[in-house]
Order: sequence, then C-alpha cells, then structure tokens
Amino acid sequence: MTPLLGVENLRVGFKGHGGTVTALRDVSFQVAPGKTLALVGESGSGKSVSSLAIMGLLASNARILGGRIRFAARDGRLIDLLGVDARLRRSLRGAEMAMIFQEPMSSLNPLFTVGDQIGEMLLLHEGLDAAARRRRVIEMLELVEIPAAATRLDQYPHEMSGGMRQRVMIALALICRPRLLIADEPTTALDVTVQAQILDLMRRLQAEMGMSILFITHDLGVVAEIADSVAVMYAGAIVEAGDVGPLFDAPGHHYTRGLMASIPRPDRAPGDMLVPIPGVVPPLSALPPGCAFAPRCGRADAACEAPVALRAAGPGTQVACHHPLVAEVAHG
Amino acid sequence: MWRYVLKRLVGLVVVVFFVLTIAFVIVRLAPGDPAALLLGPDATAADAASLRERLGLERPIFLQYLAFLGGAVTGDLGQSIFFNQPVTQVLAQRAEPTVFLALFSLLFAVMIAAPIGIYAAYRRGSFLDQGAVSLAMLAASVPSFWTGLLFQRYLATDLGWFPSSGYGGPDAGFLERMRHLMLPSLVLGIVNSALILRFTRASMLDVLGEDYIRTARSKGMGEARVILRHALKNAAIPIVTVVGLTFALLVSGAVVTERVFNLPGMGNLVVNSVLRRDYPVIQGTLIVVATLYVAINLAVDLLYAVIDRRVKY
Ligand SMILES: Nc1ncnc2c1ncn2[C@@H]1O[C@H](COP(=O)(O)OP(=O)(O)O)[C@@H](O)[C@H]1O
Ligand SMILES: [Mg+2]
Repeated sequence: MTPLLGVENLRVGFKGHGGTVTALRDVSFQVAPGKTLALVGESGSGKSVSSLAIMGLLASNARILGGRIRFAARDGRLIDLLGVDARLRRSLRGAEMAMIFQEPMSSLNPLFTVGDQIGEMLLLHEGLDAAARRRRVIEMLELVEIPAAATRLDQYPHEMSGGMRQRVMIALALICRPRLLIADEPTTALDVTVQAQILDLMRRLQAEMGMSILFITHDLGVVAEIADSVAVMYAGAIVEAGDVGPLFDAPGHHYTRGLMASIPRPDRAPGDMLVPIPGVVPPLSALPPGCAFAPRCGRADAACEAPVALRAAGPGTQVACHHPLVAEVAHG
Repeated sequence: MWRYVLKRLVGLVVVVFFVLTIAFVIVRLAPGDPAALLLGPDATAADAASLRERLGLERPIFLQYLAFLGGAVTGDLGQSIFFNQPVTQVLAQRAEPTVFLALFSLLFAVMIAAPIGIYAAYRRGSFLDQGAVSLAMLAASVPSFWTGLLFQRYLATDLGWFPSSGYGGPDAGFLERMRHLMLPSLVLGIVNSALILRFTRASMLDVLGEDYIRTARSKGMGEARVILRHALKNAAIPIVTVVGLTFALLVSGAVVTERVFNLPGMGNLVVNSVLRRDYPVIQGTLIVVATLYVAINLAVDLLYAVIDRRVKY
C-alpha cells in the first residue's frame, strides 16, 4: 500500500551567524493511511523541524538541502510537497494536513473567539457562510467533548484551561477532516490526568475519522498507548525505526534502550532504577564524525567513528548502530 | 466596562481641575501688570487702576480663583482683553485650522508609517527594512521648518500644486481652506511618521514570532490574511498608543507649523496672546489643549479595551 506520507532523505539546514548548521540529516520515514507513527527523541533532536518541514512552516532561516516529501492527496495524486507551487501547498495546509502544537496557551490567537478561529478553517477551505460555520463548529466542539459547546465557542482562549484549549486546537485541526494530523508534543504542557484524556480523545477521533497521525513526543511512555510504529530520532537523524511491538520488545539501539530505561513503567521490577542517559545532545555544529550518539554510549568503540546508516535488524525494525543490541536483549 | 468608563471619566474631571488650577496660577506668576501693558506707556495710573478693576484683578486672589473655576465649569473662560470677545469664541474661531491640521497630519503619518512599518517587520533584515529604518531616522531628525520651506519652494511655488501659505481669503470655502492645510499636514505627517513607523515595526516583529501566527499559517491562509488579520490586531495596542500621543502632541505643537505656514490657528493665537499679555486667552488655550490631551489619552485607553478583551476594566 502506498503510504500517505513519505519523507525521503530529508536534509534541512539553518542559516546562522557562523554559517549553516544541518538540523536534519537524511531523515526518512513513512506514515501509512489511518495509522499512527510516533517520532520520538530528546529535545533538540529535530522532531519539530521535521514536522514543520512537512507542513511548509519552517522558519525563514531554514533551507531544504535535499530530499523529498511525498503526500497522497485526497484526489489520488501523489504530490511532491517540496516541488509544488506555494498555492497548492497552501490549499493542502489545514484542509488535508493539519497540525497541533505543544503550547495550547500560546497557539491560539488571544484576540479572537475560539469559534471564530475554528470557523476560519471552514471559511478558508469550504467558503461556508457564518451560520453554517457556527453549526459546524458547535458540532466539532461537541466531538472533542467540550461541554456547553454552543456557549463555549463565543469565549476567548484566556477563558479556558490548558486542556480545553488543546481540545480547541484539535477541533480546529480536524474540522476540515484532514488526511494527516501532525501532533507536535500535544500533551507535554498538560497535567498527567489531562494528558491521558487528550490521548484518549485523539485515539477515538482517529477511529471515527480515519486520519493518519504523526505523533511527536519525547516520552516513550505514551508511544505504546497511541502509535502503531515508531521512529527514534537523535541529533537530526533517525537511529531506529519499526513497529511498536517488536521495537519495544527488543530495542536495537543503545539510545532507544536508554530512553526506555529512563521512563517510569508500571511493569518495572522493584529495585529497578530509572537510569537517565548520561551527557547531553551535542550541538549541531559539533557532531562527531560517525555515530552521533557514540560520545554518550557505553558500548562505543573505534568502529563507531565510521558513518552508520539505518539497516534491517529484527522483524520489521531498522537500526543505525555498529553494535546493535538485538541478540543480547532478546534473551536478556 | 461602563463602570470602568465612569471611573476614568471621574479621573478626567480631577485632572482637568488640576489643569485649571495650574493655568490660573501660572498666568498670575508672570511678571508685569497686564493693565499697564495693555494700555501702553502713555496711560495714567488711574486708567490702569480702572482697567484692573474691570478685569477683576483687584479682588483677593482666592475670590478670583473661585470666580474663574465657576466660569470654567459653565463654559465661560473669561473675556479676551485684546479682542474684547469671550475667550471660548476666540478659541472656537481658531480651532478649525489647528484641529484639522492635526487630523490630516496624523492621517499622513499613519498612511506613511503603517504600511512601511508592517512590511519592514515582515521582511526583517532585508534591504527594504534597513532602508525604512534609516529613512525614519532621517525624517525624525530633519527639522520641520526646513522640510516646510523645501516643500513651499518646490510643491507650492514651482509646481503650484498647493498654496504656499495662509488659510485662503475671508471668503474661502471649506474645501479651499482644507487645501491650504495639505502642505503643512504633509510636513508634520512626515516628521511624526518616524516614531509611528518604529513602533509599528517593533510591535509587529514581536507578534510575528508568536505561536499563534504559526497556527494561522498552518490553517492554510495567505500571508496577507496572516499579517493583516492575525498579527496586526495583536500589534495594535502600542501602535494606537503612539498614534494617540502623536495626535495630542500635534495639537499642542501646532505653534511652529502655524507660524511657518501663517495659519490663523490656536498656535499662532497663543503666541500673539503671550505678546499681548492677553491672560484670559493664554489661560483658555492652556485649558483646552490640556483637556484635549487628557481626553485623547482616555480615548486610547478605552480603545485598548475594545481591541483586547483581556484588558481588565
Ligand atoms: N529557526 C532555527 N534557527 C536555527 N536553529 C534552529 C531553528 N529551529 C530549530 N533549530 C535547531 O534545530 C534543532 C532541532 O530542533 P527541534 O526540531 O525544535 O527539536 P525537537 O526535537 O525538540 O522538536 C535544534 O538544535 C534547534 O536548535
Ligand atoms: Mg519540538
């Protein structure tokens, strides 16, 4: 089956005072129709840059240095997002691919009512009149389980809690029934209980509306709850990818295992400690020549100074590591 | 909202009361006997005394103050010594050029500053942005009398597009009078556009970096809608503030322009009244201009509340 979204060898750089730094190094992943891909990695690994590149919303100092992004539009065409004219790209944005952001507090315009902001999508893409927009917005607010939708839509964002605003953002993103929803850390800024509610809601809406989700998070803990497959990013590259089951059972990359060891899990054996990964992500301007994770990796040796690409590892998984874990962990 | 408006109106009344008091005191601190000055060097002491009597200058200062306050509240700012007319009437006759000059100047300033400021912020760091910022500095640093003389020479004398000075003859119609205001308005507009441009640019720059601008773009709208609907409204409060202040300064700063362009407005009136020691007129002008200033500030504050519902009343 052709994927809904295919990112191939995407390279993105940022122009700065000291020249251009490369933030994405040959990133490739696919999102299947109706499925959820989780993009996981520590802060600064390039998750947001990837999603903004797909949406065409990169900062003005960003440069696409190479690669392709292909999107299967509703009318059946396979569109090369980096090659099409701005007009077509804009007509897809919001209508066929939509995005929700990490900060529900600042992602909504403070000076317009939420109804106005959600309804604007219908104005832009469907040309509905005010009365029809209002009806559809109320319907959508009910779908995202906002109580008293008919009065809530006349409120301003500051009159709502963070969880409510994120529901509004979801309503806004989904009102034109996009084929792809990009959710960039949608629950990171929320309380734990609200987080669970929002994840629940997204799962239910996906079941009802059938859209694909690119779910971005730094928290492996939520991945198992929502995703079908995972891509793990480190310093601008994908270091491991695969279906959730196999990858969680037998992570192949030392970074993935580090991430897994650093999340609290209910099935953790008593006395089993949370182990944070030592060190920090290296700055993009000073990446080591070979494996970017090597300086923080317990298993690294001279071989790790050679470049390493993703290659098939376990069943349906790929890993970019000179000394993958697969065999050890499968029995350990 | 209405409670807030009421509260602010009470505040306005208090401020105006202080303005009245200060106007009363300042004028009386000035050296010299107005009666003697009015009558000239040949007048006798008896003449001066009778004039002082007629002007109420012989009464105790406190009674003068009470009479003055009572008059001001009922719209009576006294009698002009020179014109022998009520001060309010003298001011009303001179208000038209001053007020319209300020309005047109503001209009020119905003028309120049807003589009350039918005575009400069949008294309931050570009050649146009840097050019606009330099131009704004130039506009602010060239004295307005110089720009005025330059425009008179080229736009009025050489090209004949506008009258070079004056306010038309006594029988000039409204449009003809307004035509006489175009050149001075342009001069004042250019000078005052600099500040508005810088505020617009800075305020837009702040807003354009906000998350909700990215959200707006993610909805698939064109850049014009992003800038003019989603960004500009958020950038409006600082811009409205500086526009309001500029208007107030334009009214109070009309003196120079009115002299250069020989306009019979309040600026010219106040200068002449100082020369003539026409106390009541000086006082009246001070009161009217200061009250206008306070009222404009109030209007700006009320506009905030209209633009941004989060502003607490
Ligand atoms: N506009 C920009 N200019 C320069 N560098 C940027 C810009 N945006 C992101 N970056 C850099 O790109 C890298 C990846 O950032 P990002 O994708 O936001 O990380 P995250 O995985 O936390 O979402 C970071 O090192 C960040 O500093
Ligand atoms: Mg991010």
